[in-house]
Amino acid sequence: MIRTVNELQEKYDELSKMVQGYHMRILVCGGTGCIANGSLEVYEKFKEVLHKKGLYTDLKLIQEGKEGVGISSSGCHGFCEMGPLVRIEPKGYLYVKVKAEDVEEIVESTVLRKQPVKRLLFKDSAEKKEFLKENEIPFYRRQTRLVLKNCGKIDAEDIRDYIVCGGYKALAKVLTEMTPEEVCDEILKSGLRGRGGAGFPTGKKWKQVLMQDADIKYVVCNGDEGDPGAFMDRSVMEGDPHRMLEGMIIAGYASGAREGYIYVRGEYPLAVKRLQVAIQQAHEWGFLGENILGSNFDFDIHINKGAGAFVCGEGSALTQSIEGFRGMPRPRPPRTVEKGLFGKPTVLNNVETFANVPLIISNGADWYLTIGTPGSPGTKIFALTGNINNTGLIEVPMGITLRQIIFDIGAGIRNGKKFKAVQIGGPSGGCLTEEHLDISMDFDSLEAAGAMVGSGGLVVLDEDSCMVEVARFFMDFTQRESCGKCVPCREGTKRMLEILEKIVSGNANIKDLQLLEELAEVVKIGSLCGLGKTAPNPVLTTMKYFKDEYMAHVVEKRCPSKVCKGLGQLAIDPDKCRGCGKCRKICPASAIEGKTREPHKIDITRCLRCLACVDACPFDAIREE
Amino acid sequence: MVNDISCRNFEKVNKILEKYDYKPSNLISIFQEVQEIYRYLPEEILVYISTAMGIAPSRIFGVATFYESFSLEPKGKNLIKVCDGTACHVRNSDKILSTTKEILNLKGDTKTTDDMLFTLDTVSCLGACGLAPVIVINDKVYGNMTPEKVRQLINDIKEASCNDQDS
Repeated sequence: MIRTVNELQEKYDELSKMVQGYHMRILVCGGTGCIANGSLEVYEKFKEVLHKKGLYTDLKLIQEGKEGVGISSSGCHGFCEMGPLVRIEPKGYLYVKVKAEDVEEIVESTVLRKQPVKRLLFKDSAEKKEFLKENEIPFYRRQTRLVLKNCGKIDAEDIRDYIVCGGYKALAKVLTEMTPEEVCDEILKSGLRGRGGAGFPTGKKWKQVLMQDADIKYVVCNGDEGDPGAFMDRSVMEGDPHRMLEGMIIAGYASGAREGYIYVRGEYPLAVKRLQVAIQQAHEWGFLGENILGSNFDFDIHINKGAGAFVCGEGSALTQSIEGFRGMPRPRPPRTVEKGLFGKPTVLNNVETFANVPLIISNGADWYLTIGTPGSPGTKIFALTGNINNTGLIEVPMGITLRQIIFDIGAGIRNGKKFKAVQIGGPSGGCLTEEHLDISMDFDSLEAAGAMVGSGGLVVLDEDSCMVEVARFFMDFTQRESCGKCVPCREGTKRMLEILEKIVSGNANIKDLQLLEELAEVVKIGSLCGLGKTAPNPVLTTMKYFKDEYMAHVVEKRCPSKVCKGLGQLAIDPDKCRGCGKCRKICPASAIEGKTREPHKIDITRCLRCLACVDACPFDAIREE
Repeated sequence: MVNDISCRNFEKVNKILEKYDYKPSNLISIFQEVQEIYRYLPEEILVYISTAMGIAPSRIFGVATFYESFSLEPKGKNLIKVCDGTACHVRNSDKILSTTKEILNLKGDTKTTDDMLFTLDTVSCLGACGLAPVIVINDKVYGNMTPEKVRQLINDIKEASCNDQDS
């Protein structure tokens, strides 16, 4: 139990000394991606081999002065596609795609002979060389990892690792040197904007709660990352949970709250477990509970597991869900800062926002303002996925261009295909095209382009993707996730989906396109909450930037990317066709020609696409192309 | 046997209710724990919870039907979730879904196999997008899926369950 700031400093010094005593430490990535690829087996194998060789292994920190090899499981490194990842400290070697069979060789050569295992290093096909250390790899080289600094480098289940990295010093500073007003002002000055997507100034929100005259206030952390294609919150919760807790405790002090709630997605069992461990450790060490660090400040944190409702990412729906109701948004005002959880003033921020707080407090608002753009300071974590070479989690300064992200960090499009578009910010965001490649990635520029930072999901699409189908996919998602409370969202998204389905199946006419656009505007203006208000964004942006694709579907009944099944052209495979004539006889448009016992042909201009011939063919020779 | 609710043994449910202090704000957590035992929310248990907690049945059923992770239908022993998030979708998750349906012989909207061995669901995103397409079987994540890999995984489970019955 740490009671004073001095004790925290002493502990820090003591732990730092212990870390310097490391002979070597092996960190096996224990993030969800790497676990899926078998990193736990690698971890167990390391333990087994090191034990067998009689090398001293302590699963946690090594005792001072003792030589040996420590092994820990870390959080996500972000380079998920290359997993399982293994880091060797203090050398900083990063091994990729490590299998249990490789462990013996790593121990033999790296641990015993201090030589890297070349074949396990990351190799870049463009630069045609291998990289010894993480920060040399192009994927990492161009990133600015501040919030994710510890992810992959520390054991997320050991609070001591976080303290060695300077953890809880920001909390100590706040409790001993600053008043709640000063904390709010510092955050306000830093220009930190909510990383959940909308980008509301965080300091302003905190101050509004602080100003409220209420005996009970709450801090709520939104960890309900429901956006398809985003996983940054998951990685922070799994890889560096204490950073987020520290941010929440500081928010509690700054706003006058004594209780915090974390609402985590039910689909993230590992995040829930790591948070539970972190909260328990923070209690044991005195960073949570009563009289934190000898101050008069009390704070406690509870975890609520979500039950699978996308709309619960919306503030007022989320608080309803924590209260044990259906997670439905309510009209505002009153806003969450006035009447939030249990009707009390509430600070509600996203995981990444809270994780930024200790950085700002420790380094100062002026330092923070040197990163990013004047309107959007700091960094943003993006989940880079889709048809791109390097998928994973990246942290970049705001204001970086899309081109730098996709071609420098992401190493371009897979299989040498052409870049077509990027879907940013999930179902609330929009599509950006080639002409936007040099756009500055910050809150305001993206909004001006009709997209938004949103959750930070970046799904890259290549030339083979059909934009109408992508729009249909997102509409299908938002329609399913609509809570049904307000009519524009409940009925509007349903009708929009119907029209999009008509388009991709080739049954739409030009009037449907007009109706779709009209409906999109109505849903956007008339919906109660953010889910409905942003649901038409993917449709509107694809209609704006890919009008020709919509027209091809509607007018020419053709899918230029050959994705939409309903718009494929029928063709007879001459190798399979035996010329039995069954298809010719059944075709209502007389579109099939051919002599008996000779391969038949379909005249596409006459074909009605009734598919009767497909059913009639006994040889499975008629297919959509 | 845990699935036998006909004996009206509410002991386990009582323990959960006590753990959460009968507090209405804990309703979702209570449902989550009940579902862990029965693999779904049996009607009788819901009625019991309504009476024991003094909450109107309308609210109980309202909450139970609102959230996707709650099921009022019995679920199979093995829960397969095919991810259809954006990243998985652009890497052809629909093929994984159709193959899985085919292997399990599920037609139309049926989600659970007749032998109660498997339930198939789709989820919107599992947050493992780097490994797309992804499926989850009983909370274990499998990445970079192909139809062949799915077939193998399901076969393994089937074999294991046969062996269980033999022994």
